[in-house]
Amino acid sequence: MIYEFLANLFGGDVIASFISGALPFAFIVPFALFAVWLERKVSAHMQDRLGPMRVGYHGWMQTIADILKLIQKEDITATDTDKKLFNIAPVLVFMGSYAAFAAIPFSSAYIGSGIDLGILYIVAVSGLVVAGILMAGWASNNKYSLYGAVRSAAQVISYEIPTVIVILTVVVVVGSLNLTKVTEFQTNRFWDWMIFGGSIAGIKKLILLPFMFIGFIIIYISSLAEVNRTPFDIPEAESELVAGYHTEYSGMKFAMFFLAEYANMFAVSAVVATLFFGGYHSPFGYLGNLIGLTWLVPIEQFFWFTAKGIFFVFVQMWLRWTLPRLRVDQLMTLCWKYLIPIAFVNFLIVALIMVL
Amino acid sequence: MREYLNNIKDGLVTVFIGMKITFLHLFTPSVTIQYPSVKVPMVDRARNRLFVNIDDCIGCDQCARACPVSCISIDTVKGLPTDDLGKTSQGKKKALWVTKFDIDFAKCCYCQLCVFPCPTECIYMTDEYEFSQLERTGLLYKFSALSPEDVEQKKENFQKFEAEKAAAKAAAPKPVPVVKPTPPPPASSAEESKPEN
Repeated sequence: MIYEFLANLFGGDVIASFISGALPFAFIVPFALFAVWLERKVSAHMQDRLGPMRVGYHGWMQTIADILKLIQKEDITATDTDKKLFNIAPVLVFMGSYAAFAAIPFSSAYIGSGIDLGILYIVAVSGLVVAGILMAGWASNNKYSLYGAVRSAAQVISYEIPTVIVILTVVVVVGSLNLTKVTEFQTNRFWDWMIFGGSIAGIKKLILLPFMFIGFIIIYISSLAEVNRTPFDIPEAESELVAGYHTEYSGMKFAMFFLAEYANMFAVSAVVATLFFGGYHSPFGYLGNLIGLTWLVPIEQFFWFTAKGIFFVFVQMWLRWTLPRLRVDQLMTLCWKYLIPIAFVNFLIVALIMVL
Repeated sequence: MREYLNNIKDGLVTVFIGMKITFLHLFTPSVTIQYPSVKVPMVDRARNRLFVNIDDCIGCDQCARACPVSCISIDTVKGLPTDDLGKTSQGKKKALWVTKFDIDFAKCCYCQLCVFPCPTECIYMTDEYEFSQLERTGLLYKFSALSPEDVEQKKENFQKFEAEKAAAKAAAPKPVPVVKPTPPPPASSAEESKPEN
């Protein structure tokens, strides 16, 4: 574990805590820079455009340039905002999505905190984001921001239910809330991944397979809604609400919202990958084991985990440029009439299969 | 119930159809033309900035007179018999020094009317369209090949020549001296700059 390693290295818990606490940040920032660029490229190419092309090769430094611009920007606070809440909100939103990274197992050697309630902790801490968004919308003292915030709250709270039910189905199969255990349950052969029924022997695996697939689709849809991505982006619907809850923000505070959004996208994708796609496991053995370099295995695992996360982030972008935005009533219909009943029935069936 | 299941089926199927379309577009060559580095070729007879090949210009002033917005201004000084002004590319002998050939592109309306009357085809449209300026004065293009000193010299030469001619005329007493014997130099120069505009 990285924490013990750091504690031994520096001989002090405090330094080790600080460093292992800052490690996800060292992942999130480059990831966000890359994801923003990827988003622009994907959207552009899906519309037969080119996207950023000027800054560096195919514009890969575009986001760095954007961040430099955002740092220089004046930090505007409108007169009638609630100053304290207005300033806390972006921090809280970022904290919510950052805290989720603590329980995500990046590889067998690195997990911020290997608590047994890992997935429950992630679900709970993601709820903080809603508080931050509501705070931002309310403190902005702007009707569009408030609309966006209220919509976001309604949406996230509704869609947490199918997410949690699907997580429960996986937990029922694995028998643990600890994400490392969930990952270890799915071995490094892709047919043992949860989407293919997990590493269960015999006929049970085949029976589980379709229900796991349904579970995956449901959790993917609802996780899209939880991070406010299109087609569920009514909280920040540009054409209706300007930009929703972060309309009034500028400069670095806006950048923090942006960073939090992309961190959240990855966190959600990482959870989906961990629950259904083998987490940090390679789909087919490890090069490190093959050539006898065991220290290479965790690095490979990190690579596979990141690759899976980025793939699901890519699918989120792909969906964004495919589907139009849902209306509020359609959004609620989808959640309450379709996802929740199906997820619940799915959960009952999986539980029954596991009991029998 | 049937409707409910159909909705689910339709929802999923249409999402996948849409995703297929967007995925195919991901690999379609983009239609973007990266403008400053890649330029679309101009169509034939596109009308952009004018260019004057001053070597061919005989200073006939026809373009300036054809111009509907008077954006061309030409000054000429007569060449002396001894001067060698060269020939145009079509072999026409040049008789005038073109001391000024200014085109103000802030005024120009790109109608191409100046191009047709030119007897030597020395004024024509190019495909150059990127010539924006911060100041309007920057759009005044000077095509004359003569430096200001040259122009002064040519004017002086001509005046001297005129004066000499007048003197010669005065020296040789002709039957009827009706014509005023000495056209003063300033008057002659004023007469010379008449074709302007």
